[in-house]
Amino acid sequence: MNDFQQPDQNRHDRDQELHRGLMAIWSNLPGWGSLSAVNHTTVGVRFMVTGAVFFLIGGVLAMLMRSQLALPDNTLIDAALYNQLFTMHGTVMMFLFAIPVLEGLGIYMVPKMTGTRDLLFPRIGAFGYYCYLFGGIIIMYSLFAGIAPDAGWFMYTPLSDAEFSPGRGSDFWLLGITFVEISAVSAGVELTVSILRGRAPGMTLTRMPIFCWSILAMSLMIVFGFPPLILASILLELERAASMPFFNVAAGGDPLLWQHLFWLFGHPEVYIIYLPAAGVVSTLIPVFARRPLVGYGWVVFSIVLMAFISFAIWAHHMFTVGIPVAAQAFFSIASMLVAIPTGIQVFSWLATLWSGRVVFALPMLWIFGFLVIFVCGGLTGVMLALVPFNWQVHDTHFVVAHMHYVLVGGMFFPMMAGLYYWLPLFSGRMPSENLGRWGFWLTFGGFNMTFLLMHLTGLLGMPRRVYTYESGLGWDWLNLLSSVGGFVMAAGIAVIIIDIAMHFRFGRKAPQNPWQADTLEWALEAPPPPYNFISIPSVSSRHPLWDNRNLAQEIAAGEHAMADFEHGRREVPYTSGLDARPQSIVHLPGNSWIPLQAATVMAVLCICLLTRWYLLAAVTAVISGVMLLRWSCFNGAHPQSAPVNDKRADDLQLHSRTLDGPGIRGMKVTIMADATLYLCLLFGWIYFWISPDRPLPDQMPLDVSVMVACSLFVLLANLSYLTAVRRAKAGMGTGLEYRLWLTCAFGLLHCISLAWILVFSPLQFTTLTHDALIMFAILYLMFHSVLALFLTLIQIQRYRAGYVSELLPYEFLVLAPWWIYTTVIAWSVLIIFAGLPMLWPIG
Amino acid sequence: MIIPLLVTACSGPLSILDPAGTAAAETAPLWWGMFGFFTLVLFAVVLAFVYAVRRTPRSHTEPGPDTSESDTPQLQRQHQVWIVGGGIVLPVATIVTLLVFGIPAGNRMAGVGIDPDQALHIEVTGYQWWWEVRYPNLSLTLRDEVHIPAGVPVRLHLTSADVIHSFWVPRIGQKLDMIPGHVNELLLQADAPGIYPGVCAEFCGLAHAHMKFSLHVHSPEDFAAWQTAQQPGAAE
Repeated sequence: MNDFQQPDQNRHDRDQELHRGLMAIWSNLPGWGSLSAVNHTTVGVRFMVTGAVFFLIGGVLAMLMRSQLALPDNTLIDAALYNQLFTMHGTVMMFLFAIPVLEGLGIYMVPKMTGTRDLLFPRIGAFGYYCYLFGGIIIMYSLFAGIAPDAGWFMYTPLSDAEFSPGRGSDFWLLGITFVEISAVSAGVELTVSILRGRAPGMTLTRMPIFCWSILAMSLMIVFGFPPLILASILLELERAASMPFFNVAAGGDPLLWQHLFWLFGHPEVYIIYLPAAGVVSTLIPVFARRPLVGYGWVVFSIVLMAFISFAIWAHHMFTVGIPVAAQAFFSIASMLVAIPTGIQVFSWLATLWSGRVVFALPMLWIFGFLVIFVCGGLTGVMLALVPFNWQVHDTHFVVAHMHYVLVGGMFFPMMAGLYYWLPLFSGRMPSENLGRWGFWLTFGGFNMTFLLMHLTGLLGMPRRVYTYESGLGWDWLNLLSSVGGFVMAAGIAVIIIDIAMHFRFGRKAPQNPWQADTLEWALEAPPPPYNFISIPSVSSRHPLWDNRNLAQEIAAGEHAMADFEHGRREVPYTSGLDARPQSIVHLPGNSWIPLQAATVMAVLCICLLTRWYLLAAVTAVISGVMLLRWSCFNGAHPQSAPVNDKRADDLQLHSRTLDGPGIRGMKVTIMADATLYLCLLFGWIYFWISPDRPLPDQMPLDVSVMVACSLFVLLANLSYLTAVRRAKAGMGTGLEYRLWLTCAFGLLHCISLAWILVFSPLQFTTLTHDALIMFAILYLMFHSVLALFLTLIQIQRYRAGYVSELLPYEFLVLAPWWIYTTVIAWSVLIIFAGLPMLWPIG
Repeated sequence: MIIPLLVTACSGPLSILDPAGTAAAETAPLWWGMFGFFTLVLFAVVLAFVYAVRRTPRSHTEPGPDTSESDTPQLQRQHQVWIVGGGIVLPVATIVTLLVFGIPAGNRMAGVGIDPDQALHIEVTGYQWWWEVRYPNLSLTLRDEVHIPAGVPVRLHLTSADVIHSFWVPRIGQKLDMIPGHVNELLLQADAPGIYPGVCAEFCGLAHAHMKFSLHVHSPEDFAAWQTAQQPGAAE
């Protein structure tokens, strides 16, 4: 007997040894030390829990508003407070709840679904979380201090500018939200690169779960969609704090430029919120229908199509501002076309359910709620895209109703389905069916009671954002019922919270893979260990757990790749983008305090800007720059990371020994976001030039000869750097340091000539929009040049320390795109900002 | 019994479903048409979902899955019909129908084809939180009151002296924003004499909810008499 048991016992010991070894590497530090955690499971959960808290705060704000509107001529809340409430409700729900929770879900789920151990930039994830948390706290502080922003979550100028909003409210919004957006963009970059290059071997793009496709689309949309708002916020804050008139009519600005930039972000934002939620639906429906999704290719196509269309329809929020009829027709038709990808998704879900046999568990109930509400919201969306109808109902409660149908239906309901679906994985316990159904029906009923009626309130002419209304307009009973419905919905949310809180204690133990799902996260034990997978499986289809029922046991037994821990490094596979062939092994940083430290200093910077202590702000800006640059010092061959003599046993190299790696990809994606911001600035510049009757300076304020010299210096710096990189790649060490110093010398000359332009050009940047835009472009360029210079100096220091060399040229390659981009901006500033006024002679 | 109830529920001094002007009369039927058709679509989709879920339910314990290998060519063709029919043909047909009705309606509302010089010309400027109404031909300035004749198009030039406002008389026609640095032109035509309330439809600060005005529509004869009465030197 014993002889038979012996191999099993050995095997069990080996499992335990692997588990203990990996835990030693991947665990967070105990106690307060867990604030240094960078692990995606921890960071993802933190995002989601914080987002849930903000959701409850936003919900309380909504309840206050509904209390005020329940009766005509109600005096519960005055106009000043009501304006803060609706501004903050929109701001909190959009920026502090919806986006962070979806990012959190992506951060938590993507590595588990793609069969790997972590995302590729763990510290970025933690840094983003702290920026989000601190930014959120700063914004919430303004509400409790009674000085919250009150110009609407859309911050239209001139209402939000220094003249009409002299208080600090708008500054809280502009600075706080920009701070929070750092987390969105960083999560966007992190998820994009991790999804494209960090999947388990064999998980080709066509085998990737739909949820990962939708998170990929969301991430890329964040990368391209958030920069317009970041730029607009910086410009408006500069207008408020430094009197640079970007939107002021008297100086040549235009309030409509704000609206274009805001909705250039604001419309993709809606799909940034919807697409991941639709990805949850596409994940759950096949599991509960117990058959593969019908039309996987169609659904992927519709996700991509939707992401593209969403960038071409921003002006449908602006049909009543008086844009040309032809433009209205274009944006109207483009907006209606969204019905096509939506329709494809809805009908592929229906076909999946139709051709499967469905287990109607609690998550499916939420999917049902999603379908009813979202389809209704989509249909009123098509109505709103019809311009003549939009002219009537724009800015009425009809739009409030539509928007809540789309956002609550399109985001909240699928997220609840996802919550109930993944809860057993997260906690290891099953939620109760009974209480859960109560929660659903109260929420669903309350929601429809509030918002279905609100369509009619809008048709009866009730405008948005009014804190009170008089009796006798036919709105009284509708508003009262809407308010009652709101409280029913709140009761539903309370039941759900109770249900989830109780399940941690009373829920029955979840079996492995309780829903019999097909995707890899269900191969993990529940709750998942910080390293996720003991060994990394090879994927050969879209449904790994349906194909191989023993996969979970095989993974746990270390039968697949990378089941080693003796090296002491956090290691994940780096694979090719399309077909996920293994290329190298990425060694990731472990627990780190740098993200928390950097975010704390940046929060202090944000507070200094709010209180207008500019000297302290300048000091903190320098400190935060140092903190962020210090970040990169522990990478690559640094002793804390992967010393030079570290080798791997198999044929795969560590990524820092190769010519490709996540850093290069991350740099390129970051530059895409950065370039989008610059393109938006160019949009503003061209918008200025095509506006009629703009005031212009008497003479061209820039000295073109200095501009040309300045651009030549950066070109020389760039060429010299690229030569150094080429030589390093070819393994030629001689003259490498000399070329790096040459790069710095040219870079320094470039920076000096830029500073000369800034100081000695007669720019009237506080009275003319023309000059303010030029000033901003030069400052933008200068930021890039100075950063390029410092990054090169750091490379020299690392070359001397032996972390980078002709044998280890990886980090040189990471920096190269930054130099190229800086050169491109320099020349485009020369041609477009200095050249355009010459083509269009002044005076 | 339901129809009178519906009609009462849809009337109101600011109801766009109770039109009293040519532009508002364009949008009300658009709404009813879309409402009827989209209600059908919504019910069809929800019923399809409920039927699909209930058709052959599966218990929790029953093993799955039914993998794609079991999809016969016939079933795959059915799936194509679902996706192409519901995802492409249905939306495209709907969009084309909407545009066929919507574009001409929009053009009529925007006043394409009306000679703007023939229409009465009024300049309205938004302030926080009131309306300045000027009649350049009459050298007359009013506050929070607009007077127009019934049955003829009126040309309004809208702008703002401070923040963005929006001019809207729901029963007569569409809203149009009043933006500093811009002058937007709105053509309106009221059917019959009466007093129609107007509101600011763009959030404009503290007293936005109270920024209202009234549109007085006179019969042509009354309007002529009103004009004369407003002239300087007219009877005290």
